[in-house]
Amino acid sequence: MSEKFNDIPMAGNILEPGNATKYKTGGWRAMRPVHNDETCLWMKNGTCGLCWIFCPDDAIRLIEKDGKYTYEYDYDYCKGCGICANQCPTSSIKMESE
Amino acid sequence: MTAVEKIPADKIKIEGLTGDAAIAHAFKQCDIDVMAAYPITPQTIIVEDFQKFAANGEVQTKVITVESEHSAMSACIGASATGARVATATASAGLALMWEVLYCAASMRMPIVLTVANRALSAPINIHNDWSDSYGARDSGFIQLYCQNSQEAYDTTIMAFKLAEDHRVLLPVMVCIDGFILSHNVERVEMLPDEAVKSFLGVREPVQPLDPDNPLTMGPLALTDYYFEFKEQQDRAIHAVPDVFKEVEEAFKKMTGRSYGMVEDYKTEDADIILLTHSTPAGTAKVVADTLREQGEKVGVLRLKMFRPFPVKEVVEKIKHAKAVAVFEKCLSFGAVCNPLALELRSALYDLDERPMVTDFVIGLGGRDVPPTTIVDGYNKTKEYLAKGKAPLYETLGVRK
Repeated sequence: MSEKFNDIPMAGNILEPGNATKYKTGGWRAMRPVHNDETCLWMKNGTCGLCWIFCPDDAIRLIEKDGKYTYEYDYDYCKGCGICANQCPTSSIKMESE
Repeated sequence: MTAVEKIPADKIKIEGLTGDAAIAHAFKQCDIDVMAAYPITPQTIIVEDFQKFAANGEVQTKVITVESEHSAMSACIGASATGARVATATASAGLALMWEVLYCAASMRMPIVLTVANRALSAPINIHNDWSDSYGARDSGFIQLYCQNSQEAYDTTIMAFKLAEDHRVLLPVMVCIDGFILSHNVERVEMLPDEAVKSFLGVREPVQPLDPDNPLTMGPLALTDYYFEFKEQQDRAIHAVPDVFKEVEEAFKKMTGRSYGMVEDYKTEDADIILLTHSTPAGTAKVVADTLREQGEKVGVLRLKMFRPFPVKEVVEKIKHAKAVAVFEKCLSFGAVCNPLALELRSALYDLDERPMVTDFVIGLGGRDVPPTTIVDGYNKTKEYLAKGKAPLYETLGVRK
């Protein structure tokens, strides 16, 4: 991200579609979500999923691995907005300082 | 570019046309793809005439009727982004309503041709001519060309597309004519054959058009990281205009024998006092210069055709030997040191060791008549100030005070 004025496309045009994945927003984060596995409904019985629904950056993925419910955070895109923690009905997500 | 040849006289059609009608005919011959416009006096005839061409099937243009000038310019940008040749026209309050989108057109590098029939801005509401509207838009990034007569309005409109669409430029052009004085005044216009205009302009070759098969994003967000770099690009582009303009005029001259230049000098070579103005007052100034010359006064006229980019080199070259330059302009820049044209000129002269005195006269606001006596008045005042060695920053002429 340090091209000179004559190295960049004309008029701010973005010539390559779908390049938003390269725009990593994780660097903005001051607070990081941390999961409590024991009270998480998804981990318990594969229900709820509100954090996954509400995450504006698709940075929480609720997945099944080896027949067990689990999850992962994509910290490249998690801005630490805290919406997941706010929505969690069992308060299983806590925001911690980076 | 195809070779341009001189058009034989028997192929040229001569008609009596108003400035507006001349421009409508030029648009027709330029074979524009899209015209989106909203009617406003004194520009209306351009779009009215053009819509007649469209209704009669004389042009293939898609005419988009919109609900405001803001939408007109927006539609033009959208069409231009796909690679179409696009034109629109407006004046005064309409141009003011386009304001936000003017910057988009220029910054997105859309070669749109916009005719402005210069008209005063409110209040009080006034439909007549002065330059407050287009002078206000001088920093929008548009190229600005001012025409003195219907023939020039016709010629300039054709050249404007070639200039705008050149890949070294890719900027929108404002072709300005004086409202009513030129827009509604019937004059003799020599019109080129359709084929000649077609081969002169060719088909627009867009650089980065919108195309579903090769998607791209136009006009996205650029903040502190890149905005400044894009503005640098845009600034370089507008400074490329004079060279391209000379080439375009050269080609046009081969075809028609007519050319105008970024500035037109009239009897300036040995002149002590040069009258600087543009558009229709320049015609009056030339007549005044002729009469004063008969009385032994050393006076000349410099008519500016291009206001943006300001042709500093050419202007300075033509006036640096004079003792004084009297600027006549139809715009007030409230609270400024002086008014737009004189501001520009004074800045251009700043680096000279010996510079002519500059006097600034505001004339003809809101369509107030500019008779030869007003120009003579300005000339006499300049002579008087020259003798005193001191002039006011600006003054108004032709107002009851």
